[in-house]
Amino acid sequence: MRIPPTLRSETEGAREVEARGGTVRELLDDLLGRFPALRGQLLEDDALAPFVNVYVEGEDVRTREGLDTAVDDGSTVILLPAMAGG
Amino acid sequence: MPSYRELLQDAKASIEEVDARRAQELLDGADAPLLVDVRERDEWEQGRIPGAVHVSRGNLESRIEGVAPDRTRPVLLYCAAGNRSAFAAKTLSELGYEHAISLAGGYTDWQRSGFPTDLPRSLGPERSTRYSRHLLIPEVGEEGQLRLLDSRVLLIGAGGLGSPASLYLAAAGVGKLGIIDADVVDETNLQRQIVHSTNSLGEPKTDSARRTIEALNPDVEVVAFRERLTSENIDRILEPGWDVIVDGADNFPTRYLVNDASVWHDIPVVHGSIYRFEGQVTVFKPGDGPCYRCLFPQPPPADMAPSCAEGGVLGVLPGVIGSIQAAEALKLALGIGDPLVGRLLLYDALSGEFQEMKLRRDPDCPVCGESPTITEYVDYVEFCSGVGH
Repeated sequence: MRIPPTLRSETEGAREVEARGGTVRELLDDLLGRFPALRGQLLEDDALAPFVNVYVEGEDVRTREGLDTAVDDGSTVILLPAMAGG
Repeated sequence: MPSYRELLQDAKASIEEVDARRAQELLDGADAPLLVDVRERDEWEQGRIPGAVHVSRGNLESRIEGVAPDRTRPVLLYCAAGNRSAFAAKTLSELGYEHAISLAGGYTDWQRSGFPTDLPRSLGPERSTRYSRHLLIPEVGEEGQLRLLDSRVLLIGAGGLGSPASLYLAAAGVGKLGIIDADVVDETNLQRQIVHSTNSLGEPKTDSARRTIEALNPDVEVVAFRERLTSENIDRILEPGWDVIVDGADNFPTRYLVNDASVWHDIPVVHGSIYRFEGQVTVFKPGDGPCYRCLFPQPPPADMAPSCAEGGVLGVLPGVIGSIQAAEALKLALGIGDPLVGRLLLYDALSGEFQEMKLRRDPDCPVCGESPTITEYVDYVEFCSGVGH
């Protein structure tokens, strides 16, 4: 999973983190188990927060099955929070 | 066998002729005739009477019906001196046109009498030289360059992204550049904001940017808005009409205002944002693709926004992202290529990689969706002033 620069302070600076699971939800559970501070940045009431997007192989999971979107072995998952800097 | 002179006399005797003054009266009056220029294309291209359509004498019989389907409407024909148009008027009468009139003395007399003409638009020698590298590209050419000179681009922010974007758009000959920024040039800006310089420290960014842009290209008219974009002033600023908005804002409240306004005013937005080594760029084109709220329906809560003061940005990063924004704005203004509509380009300077993500329009989007829930501007609380400056 690719960690965006705005969230790297919560992942000890890691740009990419390996996570296990067959769906986006399982991957996030694995990730949040190790970096619990990320929870509030990604989830809201156990759903994906409205200011963050998750892409599996370049596709927005919101346009697929949301957190239940299946993730193949070796896929790249990108976390993309809103970023305002200009 | 009649001579040319006899033929012409014969034609003129059988039709109605008017002089330039009378022609102008007819064109200004109620029930104005259709004005048809029957000269050759090269003559037409060198200047014409305003409002005329061009059907050369050689194509008259085959093409007139296309431009003048109603045979009861008067048709006023002109050529250079009034001879070809006399023959043309006779032909139209034979084709059943009830009222075909020829302009005696033609375009030459019209022009000599001081009546208005449309002169062809061309770049002229100086601009042809300045924009020669554009003219060499078939997708741009003289027509495209004239289009750029007529186009209007509004830049949100004269900061990191606005600096390269404004410079390249100005250099490209975008005729009108609007710049919104309320700040003054600060020393910490100069590491990346290349439209400003050391000698403009303390000066309003709009003044500093205007000076740099006018020095680069006097063809560009800079319209400066030294104010912060709010729900109160956004409609006034957008009112004159802009072809493209380049969003290089440094805070969420402005990003959402720009998005909602662009949907309601139907103006495409070239969106860019930067943080440390990474940048994002995409095009939100109302009706054609998603808007910012399809992507992020709401801004993050204030306590969760990335720490602005700690943020930082590699100086060249806005150069990359702002330049891509300029390229997208030029494509939109010219109507060429495939703009980044529905695609988000992510650039990571540290890894030297670009990634592309697909963005889709959200039918439930609160602003551009099927049943919008947001129909008025929202002033979000300012929680991120400082980043990007």
